[in-house]
Amino acid sequence: MNAPGYNFAYLDEQTKRMIRRAILKAIAIPGYQVPFASREMPMPYGWGTGGVQVTASILGADDVLKVIDQGADDTTNAVSLRQFFAKTAGVRTTTLTPEATVIQTRHRIPETRLGEHQVLVYQVPIPEPLRFLEPRETETRRMHAHADYGLMHVKLYEDIARHGHIATTYAYPVKVDGRYVMDPSPTPKFDNPKMNDCAALQLFGAGREKRIYAIPPHTTVVSLDFEDHPFEASRTQAACELCGADDTFLDEVVTDDCGGRMFVCSDTDYCERRTAEKQQVEEASR
Amino acid sequence: MYVAVKGGEQAIANAHRLLARERRGDPSVPEVSLAQISGQLSHAVDRVMTEGSLYDRELAALAIKQARGDLIEAIFLLRAYRTTLPRFGATEPVDTGAMQIRRRISAAFKDLPGGQVLGPTFDYTHRLLDAELAEASEVTEPARATAEEAAMPRVSDLLGQDDLIEPSPAADPERPVGDLTREPLEFPAERDLRLQNLARGDEGFLLALGYSTQRGYARNHPFAGEIRLGEVEVEFVAEEVGFAVPLGSITVTECQMINQFKGSATEPPCFTRGYGLAFGHSERKAMAMALVDRALRAGELGEERTAPAQDEEFVLSHSDNVQATGFVEHLKLPHYVDFQAELGLLRRMRAEIAAAAEGESPAREAAE
Repeated sequence: MNAPGYNFAYLDEQTKRMIRRAILKAIAIPGYQVPFASREMPMPYGWGTGGVQVTASILGADDVLKVIDQGADDTTNAVSLRQFFAKTAGVRTTTLTPEATVIQTRHRIPETRLGEHQVLVYQVPIPEPLRFLEPRETETRRMHAHADYGLMHVKLYEDIARHGHIATTYAYPVKVDGRYVMDPSPTPKFDNPKMNDCAALQLFGAGREKRIYAIPPHTTVVSLDFEDHPFEASRTQAACELCGADDTFLDEVVTDDCGGRMFVCSDTDYCERRTAEKQQVEEASR
Repeated sequence: MYVAVKGGEQAIANAHRLLARERRGDPSVPEVSLAQISGQLSHAVDRVMTEGSLYDRELAALAIKQARGDLIEAIFLLRAYRTTLPRFGATEPVDTGAMQIRRRISAAFKDLPGGQVLGPTFDYTHRLLDAELAEASEVTEPARATAEEAAMPRVSDLLGQDDLIEPSPAADPERPVGDLTREPLEFPAERDLRLQNLARGDEGFLLALGYSTQRGYARNHPFAGEIRLGEVEVEFVAEEVGFAVPLGSITVTECQMINQFKGSATEPPCFTRGYGLAFGHSERKAMAMALVDRALRAGELGEERTAPAQDEEFVLSHSDNVQATGFVEHLKLPHYVDFQAELGLLRRMRAEIAAAAEGESPAREAAE
């Protein structure tokens, strides 16, 4: 049931149309940040207002929604946003990645490969990859227009000179379709390769900064690097202690105050399904 | 043994219940009413209406109550409601020259047509805590005078008659007034959007920036030409009827700053303006806004931009307290995925340095 006094999925239809136009433009120019008239939402800026507006604009009554934060379905903000759409749009929600048609995410890309029937909506705090090199919007827009990305390469080079590594571990810049340098939102760089040639449509919403950008399905997305310092999708060298996965991004959990640590999958759905499968196999073999 | 954390849902529900209980305070103490907030905490209501960009005393009072007196939270509540309201259009510009004056002072002239009207002001109170207010108190009736029939001319208009101050930019009826809540702000911003941004901007932020201009960071020699408080009519031209329909009256505070003059060999010098306008009785806000408005006109007036208050992108991008508080406070949301990625790199770099040191140390010992 819809909450009284509010339209399906909270936003009014005019606003949705305006956002959909911005989304279409974003899809037409992969990686380009399209300004849009972001609305004030009933959750604070920084809590995913951009992602929420994109989701609200693309959501249909038949969609199945999944919301994750830090890869998990049960983090408080993921719970809160899922409840918001369950309440205002009455759509079915799920934690199962393959079942969802729209997945809103903060800071992670699911471990399960996404399909053509799915849209991944990212919550973006700072959409401008050049922002920390150049604080002025007028300047950075000019730099994008001229594809003037020398500054970014200098920054990455300086990292190597200073630390021996590119010291960017998340929000690692990518080049989309050979043209625009784009901020993948603060996902760990482990997730960057998943953006490349992804079958699902990837939409990025930044509410406070009023920008939408997109990666259409099967678009080339390359993480910036150097020939002698190739990009590396790093992860903690350990296996998940719950499901045993050794190829997923891991959360480090502090288990006691004498240095005890354990590693578990950050993607809770992936981990739970693997654990359940393992149990089934064990039971069957018994 | 660690188990994946469940129960975010229950935790949120419980937190909300606890919040509601804390909001109520001691149940043996009578609950505060919206009329009390609106009538007795009226400056708080004025601020929430101004920065919430919605003129509705009752809703602002409700927001303050719901936010437990946290004004930025109240502003946020009001904004999130405002954004869902349909837009019929923009009203005619309000005529502050025709204001029903409750307070009007000028620091530029000792006396002027209409006179100086102090009105309800803290200005000349001694800030001594008044123990009598701790208890319910009787209030003596204020002295009253009959209102002047004639409208009080604005000081800026008086100066304008002699071309001593630059003319206020004329309204262009062909050009619709901008609205940064409907179109994303672009730089450089026109005057309408700049003023809208400042009117919605955080009072504390604008106060500090305005103050900085007085302390030499973009000094612009301001005089409080006039501050006026009172009621103005709001009119709306409905297409169907074809003329302006009065919607009612609202209370506003207007500040016209008179600033450093400009001129050239060919152009006779004249004073420049800074403008501030806020809902209700919000003098500090209107004055700070006028100072910052003037500072932001540096480029337009051919002044060198050297100070933060003159930097349009800096000021307009950071003035909104709902945006600011959201982004600052979002740091309390989980960031463990990114932190884990940083932790991994840091450990690896430390390990490399340790390995390098180990490899080096025998040689170094031999040399020593």
